[in-house]
Amino acid sequence: MSLQAYDITVARGGIAVLEGVSLTLKPGKAIVLRGPNGIGKTTLLRTIAGLQSPLRGRIEGAAESRVYAGHADGIKPTLTVGENLAFWAAVFGRSNISAALTAFHLEPLAARPAGALSAGQKRRLGLARLLVTGRPVWVLDEPTVSLDLQAVDMFAAAVRVHLAQGGSALMASHIDMGLDEADVLDLAPYRARATALHDFDEAFL
Amino acid sequence: MIALLVRDLRLAMRAGGGFGLGLSFFLIVVVLVPFAVGPRPDLHASIAAGILWLGALLACLLSLDRIFALDWEDGSLDLLVTAPLPLEGVVSLKALAHWLTTGLPLVLAAPVLAVLLNLPTAGVVPLIGSLALGTPALSVIGTFGAALTVGIKRGGLLLSLLVLPLYVPVLIFGAEAARRGAEGQDYMTPLMMLAGITCGTIALLPFASAAVLRVTLR
Repeated sequence: MSLQAYDITVARGGIAVLEGVSLTLKPGKAIVLRGPNGIGKTTLLRTIAGLQSPLRGRIEGAAESRVYAGHADGIKPTLTVGENLAFWAAVFGRSNISAALTAFHLEPLAARPAGALSAGQKRRLGLARLLVTGRPVWVLDEPTVSLDLQAVDMFAAAVRVHLAQGGSALMASHIDMGLDEADVLDLAPYRARATALHDFDEAFL
Repeated sequence: MIALLVRDLRLAMRAGGGFGLGLSFFLIVVVLVPFAVGPRPDLHASIAAGILWLGALLACLLSLDRIFALDWEDGSLDLLVTAPLPLEGVVSLKALAHWLTTGLPLVLAAPVLAVLLNLPTAGVVPLIGSLALGTPALSVIGTFGAALTVGIKRGGLLLSLLVLPLYVPVLIFGAEAARRGAEGQDYMTPLMMLAGITCGTIALLPFASAAVLRVTLR
């Protein structure tokens, strides 16, 4: 299940931030997006995940194959770790959460309310959600934020297993997580030139 | 789909879920009204139907901003939109969960609280009937309002202003059915109108709510 983006322009708050971005993500491959704060990594990822549409250009590949993980983990503090994962598994039509718990060493915490977890543990739970969805294309925004070195290794291992199974991953990250097989895409050359918009929204910007 | 409903109900029941919020507000309003208007049982009997309906409507309004705001804050809403569920189904289930945790308890509590307001016995059945028919419309309309204001910090005021005008027809026909029942008149006509409004909102508004959510999440 490959993902292709052709010459897309993405906008945040109605203003283009990146233009002319093209990328191809084949099964078994990973791409790491790099670029300074504010260049539009999150906007690009949200566009590819299907949360917003690009201003120009087109994205090919089934939207149903992608799963998005953003800055927020989508965790309910009053549900336990196991209940949170079981809910997302059920939403995606699956039921087995034990592999995801094992991959991120969450079994000892499975019965604990998610509100009682530390920031790093919450992030691990958010990443474990990717495994229970069973979708092949991961679209990840800063997946390693608040993870310690050991957990970063855990995450890198999970990504490697995912790639080996024919999945793929597109992620924005500032740190080197030791994924040598990942291609790096520097977004700095794609920064959009300041252009006036010619549509109705312009009056409100 | 069922998992979403189960999760919402479970969240509502746990600490800080706001399950009793609407119900306790309803109780407070109904208990305080007799103190405010004075010890006049005949007056209580004549205003009871209206007060009970108004209390139920405001109690419903109180918990609307929780429908989407909490899911928006913790990122669940983004993930639900990209999940393999139709968004129209998601908003319908959210409305159903809101009705089960807010509307249904109000319907069940109304006959007990009606005694406090000296509602004539003949009016109890039409009151329950009109509330049972009308509160689903309140939840569905409220879900639409919540979808419009999701992402706005402290959008509660805006939500109330947007939703209240849409609540007026429900209040008019609901309270009219309950009042006519209490006075021993025929109450079928307003009850039918109320049922029509409820059916219409349930059939149409989920599509509007889903479309609005897609725009606000962009």
